[in-house]
Amino acid sequence: MASTPIKQVAGKGVYVPGDDIDTDRIIPARFMKCITFDGLGDYLFHDVRKTESGENKKHNLNDPRFAEASILLSGNNFGCGSSREHAPQSILRAGYQAVIAGSFAEIFFGNSTNLGVVCVTAADSDRAILAEAIETNPDLEITIDVEDHKIWFGDQSVPCGIKPGARDSLLSGAYDPLDELLEGADAVSKTANRLVYLQA
Amino acid sequence: MGKSLFQKVWDAHAVRQLANGQTQLLIGTHLIHEVTSPQAFGMLRDKGLPVMFPHRTFATVDHIVPTNETIEPYSDSLAQGMIEELRKNCAEYGVTFFDTNTGHQGIVHIVGPEQGITQPGTTIACGDSHTSTHGAFGAIAFGIGTSQVRDVLATQTIALNELKVRRINVDGKLRPGVYAKDVILHIIRQLGTQGGTGFAYEYAGSVFDGFTMEERMTVCNMSIEGGARVGYVNPDETTFEYLKGRPYAPKGAGWDAAVERWQSYASDADCEYDDVVNINAATIEPTVTWGITPGQGVGINETIPTEAEGVTQSDRAAIAEALEHMQFEGGSPVKGKKIDVAFIGSCTNGRLSDLKEVARYVAGRKVAPGVQAIVVPGSQVVSKIAEELGLHRIFLEAGFEWRAAGCSMCLAMNPDKLIGDQLCASSSNRNFKGRQGSPTGRTMLMSPVMVAAAAITGKISDAREIFDVAEAAVA
Repeated sequence: MASTPIKQVAGKGVYVPGDDIDTDRIIPARFMKCITFDGLGDYLFHDVRKTESGENKKHNLNDPRFAEASILLSGNNFGCGSSREHAPQSILRAGYQAVIAGSFAEIFFGNSTNLGVVCVTAADSDRAILAEAIETNPDLEITIDVEDHKIWFGDQSVPCGIKPGARDSLLSGAYDPLDELLEGADAVSKTANRLVYLQA
Repeated sequence: MGKSLFQKVWDAHAVRQLANGQTQLLIGTHLIHEVTSPQAFGMLRDKGLPVMFPHRTFATVDHIVPTNETIEPYSDSLAQGMIEELRKNCAEYGVTFFDTNTGHQGIVHIVGPEQGITQPGTTIACGDSHTSTHGAFGAIAFGIGTSQVRDVLATQTIALNELKVRRINVDGKLRPGVYAKDVILHIIRQLGTQGGTGFAYEYAGSVFDGFTMEERMTVCNMSIEGGARVGYVNPDETTFEYLKGRPYAPKGAGWDAAVERWQSYASDADCEYDDVVNINAATIEPTVTWGITPGQGVGINETIPTEAEGVTQSDRAAIAEALEHMQFEGGSPVKGKKIDVAFIGSCTNGRLSDLKEVARYVAGRKVAPGVQAIVVPGSQVVSKIAEELGLHRIFLEAGFEWRAAGCSMCLAMNPDKLIGDQLCASSSNRNFKGRQGSPTGRTMLMSPVMVAAAAITGKISDAREIFDVAEAAVA
């Protein structure tokens, strides 16, 4: 059963500056003592947003102007570090549907795509223009067109990149691969039967 | 044209192509732990799906286990709940669990190899990015997310894009006092934290030929810190020697057949790589990170970069952010920074050889006043052998704490955490902001012997000077 195809993501944006935003930054490990993903949205970027005594820091993520944002904009190598799916889960559960970055760490990208969180890349100069536009007008409507590889905002657009396989999966609604993997059960058994170490 | 080990293992495990062009890849061995698996079992229950090959999944508990209390229920009820959930899931689905009462519990990336579960020519997946460790055996080992843990449980496969292969040759001889940890910190410093994106790293050259399995594991472990999801070393006699006689290794007539099969997976001499990097071993110094990514490292006798040294605007911003968090001044020597905590352990450096090497140098010395120094064996097996060798007494006499097996302060999902802005000399793998449990905590990554030198002197030091390493090598 495929999910709803994702051709576009539209919404307001918030800029989280910096390269190498790692998964510990996205959700610190101490908030992962849980057996379900429920409630992880509350801890998204916890230490980026809060001081040690729990006060809000001055950050775009705490700025009421960006409270309605559903698209994160950030730097290069976003999502590096741990393979924890808790990271994209917390992004999704905090109400974000997409991330625009210079580049993505591979495991994070795959985890996000499987959840239908759209991850697209854009050039440094284009992200700078977009960051500036969001800062100037926090209500700016941003549309990521997965099909056309474009990010629209106001009357401007910049190109964006997405791996072809991920793009196909989002457009067809088959981004959660489980059903397709299950359909391959016979072929899996055949492959397994050819591998000596699986026979013991 | 020949094939690389990566291609051979990939081809042998490729089930079919999926509609989006990805490959459905068979995962021969699945390792699970308490943090990233309970949600996956929950998803199976929601869909009413069984585990397809329960005997190909192995579990242990590592991230949340306290290392300072071994009697349950643990003081932390959340930790207790997680271990009980894993027990329940393993029992219900028939998964082998190296539980705390088996004598075989430990960090998942230490348990797999020491049990002989990790074998050449296999595919391995685990919901943990340091799964790349298992590549040391010539396996292709992937860190995966929880939805993929679900996929492996339900189908024994995951959907993946094939990777390119970069061969990294480290030739020549490492100088005395330079360790496997320095080799990987040097590689990441050179190629960057995202240099490996889209690649599997094949580590080779005379240095890797001469490395023990534990040294190879240290390097493969941190492939992910260089952006490479997979890192491996071609299997050889060292690999086979390590595996022989281990509980899950093939036995009797099956052993010789297995060795022959394993050898056939090694990269062919005429294989062409997507990229080749050559490193002269003699140029590698004991390396220490000064910043907040594993790529921000310098040799022990170098200075910390200034903001102006950044080439691009984003480099400069990254240096500035790191200097601010670390409370360091650009241009100052890395040597001499005062530490509060010294941590020896983790899936990178919590193996027996790490502990032996450190014990050799700290015997008869004392941890500096005001420094908390802890040694955390990577598994119960490591702990037991270390105690039989009397290593724990050496550590205790020197003023180190000797703990029970677990991930401990590498990621602080347990009581072992930095407090406030403490500075930690750490043998672990990540120096991210907040990684060791305090948002303002500061981590400097280095080899276990360099951590020991910092513990003894109370500051970041050149272990070769403190322990007369160069002299010992000459004598």
